[in-house]
Formats: sequence, C-alpha cells, structure tokens
Amino acid sequence: MMKITQRAELPKGREWAIRAAAVLLSIVFAGTVIAALGFDPIKVFAQIVNGSVGSQMRLNQTILKAIPLTITSMGILVAFKMKFWNIGGEGQIMMGAMGATYAALHLPPDLPPTAMLAMLAAASVICGGAWAFIPAYFKAKFGTNETIFTLMMNYIAIKWVTYLQYDLWKDPGSLGFPRIAAFPPSAVLPKLFGIHVGWIVAVLSVVLVYIFVNHTKKGYEVTVIGESVETARYAGMNIKHVMIAAMLVSGGLCGLTGMVQASAVEKTLTYSLSANYGFTAIITTWLGRLSAPAVAIVCFAFAMLIQGGAYLQIALLIPASVAEMIQGIILFFVLGSEFFIQYRVSFSRRAARGVA
Amino acid sequence: MENFLAAAVAAAMPLLFATLGELITEKAGNLNLGVEGMMYMGAVIGFKAGFATGSPLLAVLGAFAAGAFGAAIYAFLTVALRANQVVTGLTLTIFGTGFAYFVGKGMSGLSAPQIVRDFFMPVGIPGLAGLPLVGKPLFQQSVLAYFGYAITVALAIYLRKTKAGLNLKAVGENTAAADASGINVMLYKYAHIIAGGGLCGIGGGFMSLVAIPVWQEGLIAGRGWIAVALVIFASWQPVKALLGAFLFGGLSILGFWLQSIGINISQYLVEMIPYIATILIVIVSTRKNRKEDMAPADIGNAYFREER
Amino acid sequence: MQDTAIQMSGITKSFGSLAANENVNLTVLNGEIHALLGENGAGKSTLMNMLSGIYSPDSGSIFINGKEVRFSSPKDSIALGIGMIHQHFKLIDVLTAKENIVIGQKGGFFTRGKNLTAKIKKLSDEYGLDVNPDKKVYDMPVGEKQALEIIKVLYRGARILILDEPTAVLTPQEIKKLFSIIRNMKEKGCAVVIITHKLGEVMEISDRITILRKGRSVGTVVTKEIEVPPLIEMMVGKKVDLSIKKSRVEGKEDLLALDEVTVLDSEKKQALKSVSFTLRSGEILGVAGVAKSGQKELCEAIAGLVPADKGRIFFNGENILGKSPGEIIKMGIRMGFIPEDRLGMGLVAGMDIVHNIILKDYQGQKGVFLKRGPCVKKAERIVDSLEILTPSVFTPVKKLSGGNIQKVLLGREIDSNPKVLITAYPVRGLDIGASYKIYDLLNEQKERGAGVLFVGEDLDVLMELCDRVMVLCDGRITGIVDPDTVTKEDIGLLMTGVAERRQA
Repeated sequence: MMKITQRAELPKGREWAIRAAAVLLSIVFAGTVIAALGFDPIKVFAQIVNGSVGSQMRLNQTILKAIPLTITSMGILVAFKMKFWNIGGEGQIMMGAMGATYAALHLPPDLPPTAMLAMLAAASVICGGAWAFIPAYFKAKFGTNETIFTLMMNYIAIKWVTYLQYDLWKDPGSLGFPRIAAFPPSAVLPKLFGIHVGWIVAVLSVVLVYIFVNHTKKGYEVTVIGESVETARYAGMNIKHVMIAAMLVSGGLCGLTGMVQASAVEKTLTYSLSANYGFTAIITTWLGRLSAPAVAIVCFAFAMLIQGGAYLQIALLIPASVAEMIQGIILFFVLGSEFFIQYRVSFSRRAARGVA
Repeated sequence: MENFLAAAVAAAMPLLFATLGELITEKAGNLNLGVEGMMYMGAVIGFKAGFATGSPLLAVLGAFAAGAFGAAIYAFLTVALRANQVVTGLTLTIFGTGFAYFVGKGMSGLSAPQIVRDFFMPVGIPGLAGLPLVGKPLFQQSVLAYFGYAITVALAIYLRKTKAGLNLKAVGENTAAADASGINVMLYKYAHIIAGGGLCGIGGGFMSLVAIPVWQEGLIAGRGWIAVALVIFASWQPVKALLGAFLFGGLSILGFWLQSIGINISQYLVEMIPYIATILIVIVSTRKNRKEDMAPADIGNAYFREER
Repeated sequence: MQDTAIQMSGITKSFGSLAANENVNLTVLNGEIHALLGENGAGKSTLMNMLSGIYSPDSGSIFINGKEVRFSSPKDSIALGIGMIHQHFKLIDVLTAKENIVIGQKGGFFTRGKNLTAKIKKLSDEYGLDVNPDKKVYDMPVGEKQALEIIKVLYRGARILILDEPTAVLTPQEIKKLFSIIRNMKEKGCAVVIITHKLGEVMEISDRITILRKGRSVGTVVTKEIEVPPLIEMMVGKKVDLSIKKSRVEGKEDLLALDEVTVLDSEKKQALKSVSFTLRSGEILGVAGVAKSGQKELCEAIAGLVPADKGRIFFNGENILGKSPGEIIKMGIRMGFIPEDRLGMGLVAGMDIVHNIILKDYQGQKGVFLKRGPCVKKAERIVDSLEILTPSVFTPVKKLSGGNIQKVLLGREIDSNPKVLITAYPVRGLDIGASYKIYDLLNEQKERGAGVLFVGEDLDVLMELCDRVMVLCDGRITGIVDPDTVTKEDIGLLMTGVAERRQA
C-alpha cells in the first residue's frame, strides 16, 4: 500500500538535488521520446550541446538568445513574486520594440549614439510599462483576472505591430515589400567582446532585480503581497500602488528586451520580433524558483536548448520545435518533482499490525 | 446576412468545444490553462489521423485522444502530484504547441483528404434548415457542429439534473467537503479533466478538419485562450457557452464580412476585435455578484486529504 | 450489557515529525454519549478523522461493531454507519440543504426532489432539527448549518455520530437544544462521541469520558464517578488553577470612542450597524457574539482596514475614520491589531520571524533599502522575552507551532507599547498553557495602561478575563455588561438579540 505523508522540512541542498534529479529524468524521458520517433537520442543531445557551445560562433549565438530571455525573465520574476501572472511578456516586448523604433526613426540620426540609445531605451521602457499598466490597473482597481488579460494583450500587440509593418509604418523605400525602415547606425547597439552590449543590460538587470527583490522596501512589499494580500493590507501597504509599480517595472523590463532585439538584432521592427521569449521566460522564471541568479542560469541553459534546437534542423534535419517539446517535458518533470519535496512517499504492506 | 451568420456559427464551433471542455474541467476545481496546447494537439493528430486513414470518425477520435492525452499529463501533475495549476497549464500550452509543430512539420499547408472534407461538408437538417433567418446559419452545418449542439445540451442536463453533475459541483466548490461526503474526488477530477481535454482536442480538430481544413502552424491563434475567457463569460453554464461561442465566432469573421460589404479597414485591426472583446468580457465579469455565477470556489487549490 | 460500537486500539498517527496520536485506545458503546476530552492539540480530531476515513492510521486497529475495518476513504466509513460533524462544517455553500444531503449518495441517475423533501422533513421532526430543505447554505446561520450537518449524517443512516467541538459556535440556549438532540439519539441506541475541551459540558452531557493528552490516551472514566479537578489533572498532566486573574486598574481615561459607526460588507449589506462605545485605558473590553456578528468588521474599521459608511472613531480626541492603515501607523497612533486569521492576515507564513517583525516597522525606515539589522535584534528580544520556541529568528513562521506563531504576532504588536490593542480570538487553537500565557500578556498590557479590545468565543473566558463585555448581534450592540453581575445565559440572550441591555 502506498502512503503519502507531508515532510517536515528538507535542507536546501536536498531540495535542489531533487530538482536536479527531475531535470536528469526529464532528459532521459525526452531521449526515450526522441528514440521512439526514430532518432538517436544521444546524437540529438550531443548535437544540441555541440550546436550551442561547440564553437566560439555558436556560443555567441547562444548568448545572443540568452540576452533577451534573461531580461524578459527578470521582468516576469518581479510580477510572479507578487503572484501577478504576467503572461503578457510577448506583447510588452513588442510594444517596447515599437517605442524604440519610433524613437529611432524620428530622432535626428546624427544624434550621438549614447544619447540616441538612451532615448530608445527610455521609449521602450515607457511603452512596455504602459502596456503592462493596463491590466495592472484593472487588476488593482477591480480585481480583473490578469492571466487572460495580459495574454490577450499579446495578440493585440502582435496584430498592431503587424499593422504597422504592413501598413502605417511601411517603408516607402522598400519597393512594396512590407518592411519598416532600418535603424540609423547611431541607433544600433555597439558590440563589446564580439557581442552587442545587450549582455551588459542582461547582467545589470539580474543584479538590479536581485537587489530590488531582496534589499529594498518596495521589493519587500512585492514579496509580502505575493504571499498574502490580506497581511499586506493589514500592514498598511498600498496594494494598488505597489501592484501597479511592480507591473511597470515588469513591463518596462520586457519592453527593454524589445529595444535590445530591435536595435541590436533586427535593426528594425518586425511582427515576429518577440520570438516566444515572453512565454519561455515564464518557464525559466518558474524553474529558477523566482530567484534572480538561479533564473539567469536557467536562462542560459534554455538559450542552449533553443540554439541547439535550431542547429539540429541543419545538422540532423530534425524540426527545431523538438526543443520546445523538450522544454515542456523538463518543466513537467520539475513541476512534478515539487511534490517529492513537499511529501514523502513510502510503500509498505499495511503497517497496522506492527504495534510496539 | 444569412451567409455571415452561417459562417459565424461555423467559426464558433472550435470555441464551443474548447469552452465546454474547459468548463467541465473547471467544474471539477481545476483551472487548465493548457487549452491552446490541447487544441493544437487535437488539431495536428486529428489531421494526421484523417490524412493517414481517410476516416472522418478516426480523425475526430484522434483529435479527442490527443487532447485527452495532454489533459492526462496535466491531471497527473496537478491532481496526483499537486503541482501549481496555472504553471502546469501554461507548460501544457507550450508543450502542446511544440508537439503539434513537431508532428505537423511535414504536413504544413496540406489539405485534409477529400473524403474527410466531404464528410464534414454542411448538411441541412430537413425542416429546420428552411426556417427564415436562423435556419441556414444553425441547421445547415457540418455534422461535427451538430455534435457540438448535442454535447452542449447533454452537458447542461448533466450539470443541472443528474446526481453525478451535482457531485461534480460539490468537488469543485469544496473538495474536502465532497470527499467527506463520500464522493470519489479523484475519479471525478481525472474523468472531467481528461474528458474536458478531449473536447478541447475536438475543438482543435474542428479547425484542421472542418473550418480551414488545412494543417498549418499558428492555426489555433489564441482560440484556446478565448475559450478560457468564454467560460467566465458563460458563468460556467453550457448553454451560455454556446451563445458566447456564437458571439465570438461572429467577431472572428467580422473582417471578411466588412470587406465584403465594402468597408475597408486593415484586416490586422479587425483581427484584434475578438481579443479586445475577450478583455472586455473579463473586465465586465469581474463585477458579478450572484454566488451562483462565480467560479467554483475551490478552483486552483490542490487537494490532499491528510492535510493538517 | 451494551454492545461495543467502536473499538480503537493502539492507534498511532504522525504528520511529518509530529506524532499526533500515539498508541491511543478508545472504546465506545452503543447507546452511550462518550466525551473525548483533551486540550487543543491533544489529538482528538486526528483520532476521529481516522474513524471517518479522512486520515489513515500509521498503525493500530479499528473495530466497528466487533469487526475489524480498514477505511480507504470516507465512503467506507459512511457505509458502516459512521457520521462525523466536523468542527469546520463540510458543506457546499452554493448548494441547497437538500443537495448537500444527497451528494455522494448512491441512487438513480437523476436528482429527484420530492421524496427527499419528505424524508428530510421526517428526520427533522423526529429529532427536533430545524432545516429548510430548499435554502442555500450561504443563507444559513451557524445553528442551521450544524442542524443540516446532523441531518446529512442521519440521512445516511449513521448509528455512530461524532461531533467535533459542536458547541464552540453556539449560544448557551442553542447548546441546550443540541444536547437534547444528542440525548434523543442516545435513546434511539446510537453511539455518540463528542469532542470538546469544555469541562462543564462534558460533565453535563456525557456518560463516559476518555481523556487524551499530547496524543496519548490517559484513561477512560465514568462521568458520574469523577469530579472536575482530577479531570483537569488528567487533561493537563499537572494540577492547574483554571481561574484567570483579573486585576483592577485605577484612573481610567477614555482612549478610543466609536460614535454611530456603520460598516458595509462586500455585498453592501450592513455588517456593523450604528455602533457606539468607548474603550478606556487599563481595561480589557470583551466582545461576545455568535460568529459573523460584525466582530471582524469592528476590528478592521478601527484599524482602518475597511472604510466605514457612517460615523466617527475618536482616538485621543482625533477622528481617525477615513485614514488608511498606513496613515494610522504613520501618524504614530499606537494601535496593535491582532487579526482573526493570524496566518492569513497579520503574518506572512513563508517568511522568517525577522521579516515578520519588519512588517510594522519598515515604513518608518528612511531611503529605498530595507534595513534588517535592528529588526534582528528586536526579533531576538521578542523571542527571548516571550519564550518563543524556534530554531532561530530566521525560521519561517509556518514551521512554528500555533502557540509560538501567536506569540510572534502578539510580541510584535506589544513591542511597540500600543495604547490600544485589538485582539480577535488570540487563543484559538492553543493549549491551556499557551492560552494562559496570552491572558497574562493581555493583563500586563492592561496594567501598563493600554486599552485592550478582546474578541472571544468562549463565554467563560470572556467573563473571567474582561472588565466589561460588549455583545454584538447581527452588527448591533445588544448590550455592554459587567460580567460579575450577569450569568452566561443572560449574555446568551443578548447574543441572539432576544434581550437588550445597557449597563456598565
């Protein structure tokens, strides 16, 4: 007979050991699935690793993917800490990119790059924040369900940017091709050590979010609200205010991702710019247990998966979406593993007779 | 006008199946945000099954099974392992989408076989299809749409009139009390989550087999999420879910209709309308007051009998 | 000779590292009322939950009517004629009485109303229970909910009834009625187990008593053959004086005055109706009333947590109504508020003691950063002075026992030397030792000159501890009385609004 009992408390080390075991198991499981689909799992995983860190160029590609994922995850982390389910990262990235693009195409192109990029960043933070503000306001004011709200805002943002690309902002110089004009050189992020300086933005965002959550009064308020709204109210916190402020930070960071991608990678605005980072960030944030440094590590691992997945397509002609499936499988296992941290499962023949 | 309404009803059907699926899932106290993912799974497997066998029935069964399979993963994680329902559902969406794109890789842009498409062509119900105004829209539809009507009525009766329906309500409202009253809580949860996932799968299958009928990436386009919102709009009542689905079906084809009557707005702007309308619904439904119109009280909470 | 209805022997059950029951033995006969007596946390509910199939024992055996049984779910227990009325009712709010009765029952595919109504009617008449079959549970007062629970159990043909703390929510008059219903069941040959920690009731209703202490069964006695003092000793493990000291403080002045305060609840109904009273320094003002009579709204209105619709609240002569809790804290008004639901409101379960202590202080800190240093010291001081048992001040509060959690909360509030201390059910769930520590702390505050508002549920405690007792009924004050000059029954009448009295 199977018996389930609640555990007292596990040392932190054991907790992470269980999670690591879950990730390992999920890889074994994913390998089995890959084998069942007729591919060689060892080869697939080897190619994922090879494709993501196998050469300097591939490593750079991986870092390029880790940058937007990390910045977005930091934004999502702030919202999740408050148990505000911000599923709207995609839309906030889009709107941030739109803000940056507007600035890039309308400011005088001969502005000094520093000033230009600062304006772009500010525009993206404001637009991303504003996009997040709308659901935050309704949640704070009326208790409106933020999950569906933020999600719908994604679709609206993507449709809106599509409209800009195909209609309103279409570059007349593109000979009818639906494309928005490219950024002037002064609006493109420079490179440092071979990678655009977005990596510095990502590192800074991790440090700042860590300090915000753990060492500031606002961060403390966010955490208390996430744990218990009633207690926060009782302690005299202005919940609406904190909720909106935190969402401005969350949306602002996602918006900043949009600026980085638009300026450094696409050098313009396209409707596919958000590239699912808003969704993947949800997974990475959860896997990192809402701890900024842990989330950053997970982000890098996921960037490897994404980059390695793309490489698979070239190397083994396996669709890149296999990486998405593996992501889902890993998260399923880690989600399930929490149970074994909270509860102990023991198998015994009914113990009733063994009375001391 | 009749044509517009008929197209609206057809466009409503994927939403209807998914909404009903999520509705019974939520009645069991589980919020499954994986509807989008389950619809994708249903769409691709339904299409593949139809493509491989040429059998419409097997295609629909395949769609159901795929959605149910996704839901079974979710159910195991949230019911047996008590994982966070919101995150598990989101993961299911990501997994389901990846799964569908992976499985559907070689079939992108292909149409469903002729025999399957013919089977799902609109057929009129003698007598009813001739009714003025509503006849054609409601009763000149695919057989799968009629199946949707039937499921709606069956679920309405199930929830209102049967003991099992009453027990289900008890499970979703207060799982501990239902358990103490002798209801097999686990059985109810698993059965309804999995059946609900199957319905979501059929909703996806409707897209790839009847509505388009082509497999392509991006096919579901947020319909799963609209379905989640429609459950709130419908106050967890099947008949209202049908009405909500009609409404959104109409909104989703508004663009074509506007163009057809000569009003020229960018299709991208018109395509925003269902999403904006969904937000409006979510805002308005926050202000419900009747206890009977609210979400099952125990939704989102993992149940452990020996909790102290 | 009566037959044995229940025999539990050698029952052991632990939760994590905590042994809730250890080698417990219990025998209950048909046609007897058996009291299960013990302090909070002694393992009474755990034991009975094993009988109702909710928990399964780690070891030991259960015999029902002489046959050994193993329950894999509550369903098995119900099938054997066992019915438990839980302390926190297991009813579905949005369903009617009738629907609550039939859920989980076998029978036809469709729900049919008519026969059921007749059957419910018959049962209610037979036992004198008052339930309207078509009323929704959320519309029912507590007494009716309890009656519904009893009918639900009887409808399922229960011959063994377990009542977990059934009197906690009732007025003295309702308790009388409940007892006559219980006796009626006994006459019909049922076995009744009643869980309680109230000695007076045990002596009044039971035939035999089994005493539990710290998870172990201490013994079973025949009620007629025992006196109260030895019972207490068995229950607590040592001789204790269960009287609460009440000190007199001179020179009282008015601290807090409510003037015709009306508060609306979330459904726009009046939860507090034109309430006026004064709280003085150096007194404990008790608040009595059946559950949901407006106690919560009263406390929250004073603390600024809910807006009042009408009226004024004066604190040291200044109207504080309309100010937010943050403002009330910032203004330097020293008001400690210990909420009803301490883990859901008041403390952050997942955070450590230090971060819970910071909760009331951080807004006074300058700058954007959170300074932990001074609060660590403060936390250590509170842990020392209140003898809080914890591995460290960095232990999450949810890992502490109920009494220690309560001490963290109370410690934080009294550490700021409040002028007014509001406490709601501060000893709920605590054992006798911990409860008396809390009473002592409240008395200390009173002697220091604070005014204490004490919302309680145990009338005996209210009458012994408080200088005055204010009674709420349906959001109105039906009386403010001097507990030395009235009886429990008098207060009971005020609680139901049958009588009204203004005195003290």
